[in-house]
Amino acid sequence: MPFEELSHTADWSLRVWAEDLAHLFVETARGMNSLAGVKLAEKPRVRRTFSASAQDTESLLVSFLSELVYHTEQDNLAFDDFDLSIDLEDGQPGRLSAILRGAPILSLDKAIKAVTYHNLQIQQTARGYEIEIVFDV
Amino acid sequence: MIRLQNLTRISDYEWEIPQSFRGDMRGPVRIFSTRELLEQILGDKSLEQAVNASTLPGLVGAVVVMPDMHQGYGFPIGGVAATQFPQGVVSPGAIGYDINCGVRLLASSIELEAALPRLDSLATLLNQYCPSGVGVKGVVHVNVPELERLMRAGSRWALKNGYASENDIARTEENGCLEGADPAKVSERAKARGLEQIGSMGAGNHFVEVDVVEAVLDQETATVFGLREGCLAVQIHCGSRGLGHQVCTDYVQDFQSAVRRYGIELPDRELVCAPMDSPEGQAYLGAMRAAANYAFVNRQLLAHSARRAFEETFAGKLKNWQLTQVYDICHNMGKVETHEVDEKRLKVCVHRKGATRAFGPGTPGLPPEYQQTGQPVLVPGSMGTASWVLAGTETSMLRSWGSSCHGAGRTMSRAKAKHDIRGDDLRRELEGRGIKVRAGSMSGLAEEAPSAYKDVDAVVGTVVAAGIARKVARLRPLAVVKG
Repeated sequence: MPFEELSHTADWSLRVWAEDLAHLFVETARGMNSLAGVKLAEKPRVRRTFSASAQDTESLLVSFLSELVYHTEQDNLAFDDFDLSIDLEDGQPGRLSAILRGAPILSLDKAIKAVTYHNLQIQQTARGYEIEIVFDV
Repeated sequence: MIRLQNLTRISDYEWEIPQSFRGDMRGPVRIFSTRELLEQILGDKSLEQAVNASTLPGLVGAVVVMPDMHQGYGFPIGGVAATQFPQGVVSPGAIGYDINCGVRLLASSIELEAALPRLDSLATLLNQYCPSGVGVKGVVHVNVPELERLMRAGSRWALKNGYASENDIARTEENGCLEGADPAKVSERAKARGLEQIGSMGAGNHFVEVDVVEAVLDQETATVFGLREGCLAVQIHCGSRGLGHQVCTDYVQDFQSAVRRYGIELPDRELVCAPMDSPEGQAYLGAMRAAANYAFVNRQLLAHSARRAFEETFAGKLKNWQLTQVYDICHNMGKVETHEVDEKRLKVCVHRKGATRAFGPGTPGLPPEYQQTGQPVLVPGSMGTASWVLAGTETSMLRSWGSSCHGAGRTMSRAKAKHDIRGDDLRRELEGRGIKVRAGSMSGLAEEAPSAYKDVDAVVGTVVAAGIARKVARLRPLAVVKG
């Protein structure tokens, strides 16, 4: 798993790494599901789309993950299969388009209230791209 | 990394990080703590977060932190910061995602001995009537126009619909309604999340707890508050649920560009803010107040549900089984208040995140019966440990922006608590001590284990010794319901 839980006194924190930005987003979503203890039903499979634009890549990531938090609470849905593309052009807002595939949630250990910007900075490292992210629980 | 040697000792209970510690600070950080609690505080990044909070534009005086402080995100839990109104900023992250998370205390004349044989069925009924857990729906469902009316009126909506009494409202901070709530500034998404959650507790550290008033430390004040030694009381801890979380999410996102427009530089993007007199600041204040009013209604409906459980358990069996509201306090909130600064009265926006308002005697806005005593300050302990009822003091008005601590304060990470503690073992231990437990999730229970928290008696002892609150009564838990 390209993510690990970090110690945080009150909330939950993850370190995530991936070879490119799209995979970084997907692995962070999977890490979030893992922290929350999401168990999906086998059927019915569902499909949702999501697109967003933002001034920077970190904001795109927060938007994407916040969308998943919303679906979890509001529709009892979680996603385990993602087609995701990110367009970044110098001087232009970044754009994200995603197809989310998942299913109704059978059980959940813990709800994530929100995705925070706390010390959120996507960094290029030997492993590709890496972040540390904190979730409010 | 902040170390003990970076702090100036003011007294045994008060320390300071001077403004000179870092070039971008706009004021000092004042820490209410003993040396022992300080060593726990220095174990995480909470003081770094307090220093970051001191960079907020328009900051007035010191950022104040309480002995229950711990690391949060952006702004520390247990922190208080005041910004000049209206030119200073308002920061959604300095109030938190659970807008108007707070505690309500209800008192009774039910004596412990009379209640004990029925405690188990009372816990079961509370669990049945106070919906808790992940994704749970509330007890009242409304449409969007009704939700908007609720967000404008706060607790008055509950009164109009038969869920509250005049006394409940009089004994709620701000009478259960923040002026200036603007539902039009609450996103459709936030409203959708709020529609079906009214009167629900949710998960995390939220709870409904039955206590016994174990000790009264100030008989006169306890009598005014309606607390009787040896009698039952109920604490309700929760906030604005998904609606508040979404409001904060929306505005933290929006303010990422606002800080660029206003040329505000901050050390942490979670602290993003906007001037209160800007369109962005006004929009957030309107939405935040709407979410706060939702939270007042939420706790009011949970109180209504608790009363229903008490009625079914005790009516016809005991003479006086009613629950009377002591007070309802907010501990995640931003409010415009008038405080004395450099011998002048100044309007400021007080951001409290994990800190309780603790207004002293004679402060405008308190119910007439609390004008002599100061307001009740409700400090729930960790699960299975004591809770405290304190009263606000004159000193809190002068030293801590009229604020005090809000709980025991975490000291162990959730990950370590889950690893080290088994929920079912903890449940057995609590039940062995006579505490009835109704919990939806064993892992959630483990995360809230008492050993993951500081000693609430030490925290309360510190704020009392520092003079920013005084002891009134100590509560011991009998039954706890949580998600």
